Amino acid sequence: MNIRKLLLRNETALIIAIVVLSLIIGIKSPEFFTLANLFDIFRSSFVQLIFALGVLIVIISGGIDISFPAVGIFAGYTAVVLMQRFEWNPENLLLPIALAIIIGTILGAINSIAIATFGIPTLIATLGTSGIFRGLMLTFIGSSFISDIPVALDKFATADLLKIQPEVGTLARLHVLIIPVAILTILVSLLLTRTMFGRSVYALGGGVEATRRLGISVKRTQAKIYMLVGGLSGLAGILYVSLQRKANPYDLAGSELDIIAAVVLGGASIMGGYGTVFGTVLGVLLISLIKGNLILLGVSGSWQRAAVGALLLIGITVQALNESKKAKNRRVSTSDEAGQ
Amino acid sequence: MSTLLTTEYGVKDIVKSFGGAKALSGVSISVKSGEVHCIAGENGSGKSTLIKIMSGIHAPDTGLIRLGEKSFTKLSPREAVHEGVQVIFQDFSLLPNMTVAENIAMPTYILNNSRILSKNQTKEIASNALSLIGVDIDINTPVADISIASKQLIAIARATNLGVKMLFMDEPTTALTRKEIKRLFEVVEQIKARGVATVFVSHKIDEIQEICNTITILRNGEVVGDGLMKDFDRKTISQAMTGLDVSESRIAPKLEKTTKKVVEIKNFTTKPTFSNISFSIAPGEILGMTGLLGSGRTELAEAIFGQYPVDSGEIIVDGTPIQLNSSSKALKAGIGYVPPDRLTQGLFLEQSILNNLVAVGIDKYQSKGGRLSKSRLIEAGERWIKELRIKTNNPQNPVTSLSGGNQQRVVLAKWLAMNPHLMILNGPTVGVDIGSKREILKIIRDRAQEGMAFLVISDDIPELVQICHRVIVIKNGQISKEFSEAELDEKILYKELS
Repeated sequence: MNIRKLLLRNETALIIAIVVLSLIIGIKSPEFFTLANLFDIFRSSFVQLIFALGVLIVIISGGIDISFPAVGIFAGYTAVVLMQRFEWNPENLLLPIALAIIIGTILGAINSIAIATFGIPTLIATLGTSGIFRGLMLTFIGSSFISDIPVALDKFATADLLKIQPEVGTLARLHVLIIPVAILTILVSLLLTRTMFGRSVYALGGGVEATRRLGISVKRTQAKIYMLVGGLSGLAGILYVSLQRKANPYDLAGSELDIIAAVVLGGASIMGGYGTVFGTVLGVLLISLIKGNLILLGVSGSWQRAAVGALLLIGITVQALNESKKAKNRRVSTSDEAGQ
Repeated sequence: MSTLLTTEYGVKDIVKSFGGAKALSGVSISVKSGEVHCIAGENGSGKSTLIKIMSGIHAPDTGLIRLGEKSFTKLSPREAVHEGVQVIFQDFSLLPNMTVAENIAMPTYILNNSRILSKNQTKEIASNALSLIGVDIDINTPVADISIASKQLIAIARATNLGVKMLFMDEPTTALTRKEIKRLFEVVEQIKARGVATVFVSHKIDEIQEICNTITILRNGEVVGDGLMKDFDRKTISQAMTGLDVSESRIAPKLEKTTKKVVEIKNFTTKPTFSNISFSIAPGEILGMTGLLGSGRTELAEAIFGQYPVDSGEIIVDGTPIQLNSSSKALKAGIGYVPPDRLTQGLFLEQSILNNLVAVGIDKYQSKGGRLSKSRLIEAGERWIKELRIKTNNPQNPVTSLSGGNQQRVVLAKWLAMNPHLMILNGPTVGVDIGSKREILKIIRDRAQEGMAFLVISDDIPELVQICHRVIVIKNGQISKEFSEAELDEKILYKELS
């Protein structure tokens, strides 16, 4: 790949944005460039990234899922409630994680039915199920805040891989989740680039009719996508509960903005067909950086939301501009061809 | 050829009905390996139903599908591919967001039920497929970035790669330039030499005469003619297709001598697309414009309609110079434009026929207080349906329910309703059958007789010769030649073009 192409890549632009923003924040407040802060940014990115990987898959396929925060908190909260009611209190995390993933996948299957079977537009379908999931949870599962979550989940909140005490300043803790999340990220990347399922997701985003004519089942692919997103959201939900050390059924509402913004800034086309895992990782980091550190620049919390919203619009505008520029270039080049 | 055993592919006595309507009534077609066969027919003649039966999308009611030694009462899409039947649809069914290599290799993986893909294998499959048909295209380019002609070749490479024995090509030349068609025909000759039975579905008579060995003509779901291509000529094919005596003699109305000019273009220049374009059109005159794809003709037309920037030059409409920088200004000045791609640019596909008919100049149907008068809308819509003989039983049906020729008439009606002084038509008969084409040309002629001026841009030389008073040829953004009424001749025009 030549340098010009490399520079034009979305990932390059994101890296530059992250570096420039870090420098600005770092110059104004020296505590930014500490290991503790870096590890904090990572910690706040884990859950976001798992959600974002699911959203990435949906967006590449040309759809959108806005029910993932509802699915995440439903799965996380319900897993905790079930464990309490039946007094399951295992040592390890296997049970809560498995429960949350299963619940998430079932909720995802409900989205699949709405979208693949009944053909409801994805935005509307997931807007509807989002309301249903939250309502059902609050009515039938519970609406109260749970602070004494199962021990295994509680302990995991402080499971550090590394602890580094600098000469001055706070203890830097790197959470052990960095390893499984890194593995998951690589797995999703391989899934998208190397498997027939992953390529079918891109194909679907490129054109539904063309995909069908290739002999790929559009409905089956869609069903798998929304179930997979459900499972990933369930996983993210339970890890969120664990890291927060509490299960609050009202949490995660509104987080769809951050995550969809991260995925779109990461270069996934809202029209479908394009998007990379690497871009999504960078998008999540950029959003975490803004959410966690703009405060160091004296920007208030309420402005951060506006900033993320603005970034989402900027991301989409850049996509649209690139697209029209490309279309223009294509036109000029076809004129050239014929002119020769 | 003699080393290859000839095998026959085709259908026997196929009957297929949808609801009560018979789409095919006892159709038999036979194509030998290493032969290029043409299926010609108007829209609604059963061509597409036949393709769908062969590719496993529809099952026939009765009849047999014969592929060499084997016979089938019906095929599934997968069986069709396994048995070597491939269809290249008009839109090629390629994925723009994927590379050339992946587009070619995907079906191979699907056919082999592969779950895991390897990049190297993908590239290998694609390079082999392209070299097999002697085409050189960079396989790492996304399909979105390549020309239509290359897409066509990629679709062929993809099909031949799957061990194709019978290849259907649906209107393969519609969007290609002459040069590209030549290249396509070279590739078709190659796959023919490899023993593939190729079926060309087309109604461009001069092209099928050039490439096809045998022909079957369908009309209303029946075979109305078949045999060797050389036994048919333009006239017999048209007659068989339409069931009418189609004369292709000139139908341009007599033009009265006048010094009046509807539109005068002076030194239109936008470098590098076009430069120093000057011409004028008189009331009632039909001016033809032709040139290769990419010669600048479409941009020029868009410029006259205010949709393409003009760096310098002047446009005078009815004696007054005007500034054109938007299509609404052009509309106000009395210039109408029907774009070449009616499906994306000229129609509201989801809307009803009626709404499409009245969409341009909707202000006219306002009653007091700015509300639209429903009865006036319906009245106007129905008038157009009658006048242009649009075939529909309900104007509330979506416009997509109409055949290509009828859709084009809706687009025309929409613009004629504006009563423009100058009507620019870009490819008015692309993709419509002979019957509809005749209707459309007749509409143009009738309107010209009433004094409307036309600028008709077309690749279809016989059509231009048939209807125009004058033809200008655009080459590399300049007028390379102008032909007066007396000089109009197909052969000379073709020569000037190439």
